Amino acid sequence: MEYFLQQLINGLTLGAIYGLIAIGYTMVYGIIGMINFAHGDVFMIGAFISIIAFALLSILGVASVPLAILLVLATTMVFTAAYGWAVERIAYRPLRGSFRLAPLISAIGMSIFLQNYVQLLQGARIKPLPPMITGGILLTEGDGFAVQINYTQMIIIAVTVTLMVAFTLLITRTALGRAQRACEQDRGMAALLGINVDRTISLTFVMGAALAAVAGLMFALYYGVVDFFIGFLAGLKAFTAAVLGGIGSLPGAMLGGILIGLIEAFWSGYFSVEYKDVAAFSVLVLVLIFRPTGLLGRPEVEKV
Amino acid sequence: MLSIQALRTFYGHIEALKGVDIEVQAGEIVTMIGANGAGKSTLLMSMCGNPRARFGKVMFEGRDITQLPTFEIVRLGIAHAPEGRRIFPRMTVMENLQIGSTTAPSYFEEGLARVLRLFPRLDERRQQRAGTLSGGEQQMLAIGRALMSRPRLLLLDEPSLGLAPMVVKQIFQVIREINEAEGMTVFLVEQNAYHALRLAHRGYVLVNGRVTMSGSGAELLANREVRAAYLEGGH
Ligand SMILES: Nc1ncnc2c1ncn2[C@@H]1O[C@H](COP(=O)(O)OP(=O)(O)OP(=O)(O)O)[C@@H](O)[C@H]1O
Ligand SMILES: [Mg+2]
Repeated sequence: MEYFLQQLINGLTLGAIYGLIAIGYTMVYGIIGMINFAHGDVFMIGAFISIIAFALLSILGVASVPLAILLVLATTMVFTAAYGWAVERIAYRPLRGSFRLAPLISAIGMSIFLQNYVQLLQGARIKPLPPMITGGILLTEGDGFAVQINYTQMIIIAVTVTLMVAFTLLITRTALGRAQRACEQDRGMAALLGINVDRTISLTFVMGAALAAVAGLMFALYYGVVDFFIGFLAGLKAFTAAVLGGIGSLPGAMLGGILIGLIEAFWSGYFSVEYKDVAAFSVLVLVLIFRPTGLLGRPEVEKV
Repeated sequence: MLSIQALRTFYGHIEALKGVDIEVQAGEIVTMIGANGAGKSTLLMSMCGNPRARFGKVMFEGRDITQLPTFEIVRLGIAHAPEGRRIFPRMTVMENLQIGSTTAPSYFEEGLARVLRLFPRLDERRQQRAGTLSGGEQQMLAIGRALMSRPRLLLLDEPSLGLAPMVVKQIFQVIREINEAEGMTVFLVEQNAYHALRLAHRGYVLVNGRVTMSGSGAELLANREVRAAYLEGGH
């Protein structure tokens, strides 16, 4: 039981990170119908910017850990968002209205470019982040096994829940969110109503990248190391999460992220760590066989 | 108010509009009738830059808008209730109306009151998903949404399509009302030639991408060719 609880906590933490990345996939898919294969690398850039920002702050002598984390959070969101914006502007917008595969190919190119770009600038070796937050809370103890939620996990879960609530409100309640949903449903009509479609799409990339940046920071805090390749697997899993939840669905991305995190944690905990990725992807295959639109995806037929 | 000069629009190599001239004065209801595929919807869409006309000019209130992006054209005071209604099916009635006021956010409250007064049916269905509305209600929503931007020129593409006679009557009544009470200029594309010509001050007949006839509503109604082509059988 204690062991189970511990895996649950670990799984939720992982799931929070995947969910944050998955939102970017699902929103971009919703609005322009393409898989942004470079999104995982935008997440990786977010992780690097966090590490650089932490280093800068320690040089500047910011000693307070909560303050440092808040500053890094803001910095990495802003800079990573700029990358997200640039990716769309450079790699996708010029291809809008081109054949369907064109932006996908461009996305893969962008992904490779970003990896090499970071590798050149930062080197290929893993970058460590000195442990910032230590300690945790002992929840229960039994059978010689202590269930612990450490402070990093608490921060990750709290920040993620806050962001997801804020984000859901943004999409469902604000004019920007309505414009995004309008573009999703009928871009031509949105333009006819005075919505600047290009700007709305840009903002979607900016928002997705900002959330991926938070995930990058969380990843760096949680694992303590990053390299230029982390975007690949994390991106693939977040993408799996988005598909599992129903691509295009915002709650679906969150749910999918949590499920993938849990599957990974429980599989590693009870079976074998080596096959944890296989487990996540197998569940995806099963879901797609029995429910092709994902868990919360809407069926394609629609009365209009 | 609106002046279209020698407008030519293409879909690939196919020329859908072959040099169209239209004038609409402020305060008028002007209709355009024509058979399926004549190019009526293309004309309305070309005014809004999607598809963009390859030759010719669209002038709105003295300004050349031919090359402006769509979202800027409609910001100048043109609203378009396009063919097929194109309401946002997965949003509520209210959200559709809110999006309608994108270009005139400060007008929202007043606009909402006006739209709900014109279409009381929408009032009862504010929180309903628009995709589940009946065809007539969807058309009311499409027109209401267009009115939310406080336009000076309203473009309507076949608002009567597929609706029961009672609903058609109601919608045409609303068009007349906003024109008479508020001086709204309306450009109405219709297949329902009889009702459209009775409602409109003036009309044009479009055949195969060309204007072949124009005149007052009454003149066109009395014209033998118009009667033969568009009014025989029924009415
Ligand atoms: N997207 C498109 N691509 C290619 N051709 C098109 C497109 N839209 C319209 N056309 C063609 O342009 C011509 C004019 O079409 P349009 O829709 O303007 O006609 P319409 O007068 O509105 O007809 P209806 O009364 O049936 O709505 C038609 O021959 C049509 O096939
Ligand atoms: Mg048409």
